[in-house]
This record gives sequence, C-alpha cells and structure tokens, in this order.
Amino acid sequence: MKSDAARFFGHGLPYKKIGELKGSLIVIEGTDGVGRSTQTELLKPWLELEGYGVTSTGLTRSLLLAETIDEAKRGHELNVLTFSLLYAADFADRLENEIIPALQAGFVVIADRYMYTAFARNDVMGADPGWSRTLFGFGLVPDLVLYLKIDVQSLIPRVLGGKGMDYWESGMHLALGSDIFESFRNYQTRLIREYNALAREFCFVTIDARQPVEVIQAVIRQRVGRLLQARKRRGRTDGVEGPAERDAAAEPR
Amino acid sequence: MTRETSPAAMRLKEPHPYPGKLIIVEGIDGSGKSTQLSLVHRWLESEGYRVFFTEWNSSALVRRAMRRGKKKDLLTPTTFSLLHAVDFFDRLTYKIIPPLKGGMVVLADRYVYTAFARDVARGVHPEWVREVYSIAPRPDLALYFRVPIEVSLARILSGRQKLKYHEAGMDLGLSRDPVESFRLFQSRVLSIYDSITREFGLKVVGAVGEIDDQQRAVRRMVQRVLRGVEPEARAAG
Repeated sequence: MKSDAARFFGHGLPYKKIGELKGSLIVIEGTDGVGRSTQTELLKPWLELEGYGVTSTGLTRSLLLAETIDEAKRGHELNVLTFSLLYAADFADRLENEIIPALQAGFVVIADRYMYTAFARNDVMGADPGWSRTLFGFGLVPDLVLYLKIDVQSLIPRVLGGKGMDYWESGMHLALGSDIFESFRNYQTRLIREYNALAREFCFVTIDARQPVEVIQAVIRQRVGRLLQARKRRGRTDGVEGPAERDAAAEPR
Repeated sequence: MTRETSPAAMRLKEPHPYPGKLIIVEGIDGSGKSTQLSLVHRWLESEGYRVFFTEWNSSALVRRAMRRGKKKDLLTPTTFSLLHAVDFFDRLTYKIIPPLKGGMVVLADRYVYTAFARDVARGVHPEWVREVYSIAPRPDLALYFRVPIEVSLARILSGRQKLKYHEAGMDLGLSRDPVESFRLFQSRVLSIYDSITREFGLKVVGAVGEIDDQQRAVRRMVQRVLRGVEPEARAAG
C-alpha cells in the first residue's frame, strides 16, 4: 500500500476511485466558543506564506444540506436519529465534493470540526455509540487532529462575552436544565466529557484552550509544520510513520 | 465478512414488540406493488381495521434537499443513501412507530430493503447500509413483487412515457440511453433483491399475473398475519 493512499474509519466509499492524496487533512476540534475559528483564521495565512495551498471547511456548510439543517433546527422536529443522519449527509457531501478533491490536488485542508463533533453530540443525545461510528464509516482518517480542550467554568464567560448562549449549543432540545444557563452548563459538561474520551480513543493532539491565543497558535503551527515536513520526507522516502497511521489503527467502534 | 452474522441483520430478524402490525411491499418500479398495496388498504378499511399508510421518500424534512440534489445532480451514492435514511427515520419516528404502538395496521410502500437493494446497486457497502438501518423494526409481512425488467419497463413506458433520472440509474453513467440505463441498473437491483429475499425471508409474489389473481394471493397472506388482531369496528360492536 502506498503511504499516501486514503484511509477510512470503516467501509469507506467503495464506488469511488480515490488514489493518492497528496494534500494533508488537518482537523481542529473542540466545543462551541473554544476559539476554533480564530485559530483557523490565524493558521491559514501562515500556511499560505509558507507556500501551501490552503482550503477550509466547517460543519453544515454543504451546498446540499445547509438550508435543510437550518430549517429543521428552526422547526425543532429532529430527533437523535434524523439529526445524526442529516449531519452525516452534510459531512459526506463536503467530504466527496470538497475535501477529497482538494486533497487530491495537494491542498492542505483545515476542517473546523469533523465527525468527532458528531460522535460527541450523538453520544450526549443518547445514540448508540457503535451506530454513530459505523454511520461515519465512509469518513477519511485525518492526518492530524488538534483538540482545543477547555473546562465548562472557563467556557461560560467566553460564550457570554461572545455571541451568547445559543439554543442548540445549550442543549435546550434535551431539556437538561430549568433555564438556558443551567442547560448550557449541563450540556457542555457532558459534551466536553465526550470530547475528552474521544481524544483518548482517536489520539488527538490536546491543547489547553485556556492559554492566550498566540500561545495556542504557536503550538498548532509547530504540530502542523512537523506533519507537513514529515509528509514531504515521506514523499521522497516511503514508509515513515505519521500520526495518521496511529489513528487508522484505532478501532472505529 | 458474512452478512448472516452481522448484528444489524440479526436485529432486523427479531419480531417487534408493538401490538400493531407492519406490512410492507418491495419491488422495482413497475412491479405493481403500489397498486396491490392500495387494494389491500381499501380492503382492510372496509373490514374495519384502522390502517395507516406511509411511503418511501415522502417526508417533508428532506424534500428540499432531495429535490435540489436530484435536479443539480449533486447526489453521490452516499448522500443519496443518507438522505433516504433521514426520510425513513423521520417517518419511522412520527408515522410508523406511533400507529404500531396504537395497535394499527401500518402499510409501507417500500421499506429498508429498498435501500439495501438500490444503494448497494449504486455502490455503497452492503454492511454499512444494513448498520444505518439496523434500528428499524422487522415487518410482520414483507412482500417482494418480482417482475422481469421488460415487464416493468413496458408498464412504466405505457403509463407516463418517461423514465425518472435516478430510477434509471442515470447518475451512474452506465449508458446515455435512459431505457438502456434502466435495464442495466434495475437488473443489478433485481439480482440484489433476490439475495435480500433469501437473507430476510421476504415473501415473493410473482408479479406478472392478473391484478385480481395477485390480490387474492396477497390477501391470503395478509389475513394470516392479522389473525388475532381484532378490527376496530368488530371490536366495538
């Protein structure tokens, strides 16, 4: 097997000829308000200055489903199954139509959240974890997952000082508290617990998100730089172990 | 990997716990399954049963995405499969489980086996699609209307004269001619249906005969399943 051949969590996309993926897939994970977008915005121009072609993607931005998801959320008619499946469809659409083509063309793809967020949410909503993971069996294993870790006490002032507490990010659909504040705290506590478990399961690179923005960015650049250099070396001499091999070895279930 | 031992397949083989009955029909387009099911519907109502009907790909939740995806040819085999799964689980939650819990007879025009046949013919992994639908309850009666391609083609073309894009598998680029593409794609679907029939024990109805002959055979099977279920009218009277 070629070192840059696509690796999937499960059964993959059997009908699709993918071939060599020259680019790198970098995922930034973490709960809402933790600073993922800020870090993505800082990482992108740096990589471009280094000479890489960069593209970024985020959840529910697919051409096919963005409107449907917004509409369904407004109507509050989703349950855990349809919620999971809609996100999976959105993810598949972006994977096949944006992420894989960009990787084939040699771009660095920065994904602001990936299927792990779906796992965390599905777990909190009570979906069968085995089912969630099999559902995303078509997902490509990223080269690097950077996890911005925070505790709920540090998260609360950030969210209140930012865009405020949102219905869905507060888990109001789960009726977890008497008001939005209580609900937010309970929901985010559970969500963060799931992210932490996923970090162990899928070997994320965990970064303390309570640090100053520049400090976090420096850690991210160091990790990303190391990955891209390793890939370059591997392009010349095949067979160097990268983080992707580690992730691929982790069981999807 | 053996499909027989998959946990997903096992779950679909266990009877559901609800007091109602779930009767579903499967088959390619032009197999006559919808005609037969609507005759059963009318008959059961006249017998006094409380009947609820639901059909594949009819939920409002994904209508827009489906229309958009089909019109612009944006769907891949995976997104095609997942959108149909959203439709199915939306209907399962709101339209199939509640009437089953309420002791009604639920009639479904197409069920999970449609996904197992069509999505796999499009190239998704058979094991994956079974896992996706693994939470679905097993029908009390699943009828498969088996029909040769040429008969189904003749029925469709004599009626609405035009084959639908995805029904003909045009998205797979098998042939530029819709009729030829339909033949190639639906032949795949047919052969997969045959193996599903064995895997999940669907009851085969030879769908070439006269409508009333088929209906008599279908009613006999329905009657057997409804044994012990009291029609509302009779129960009240």
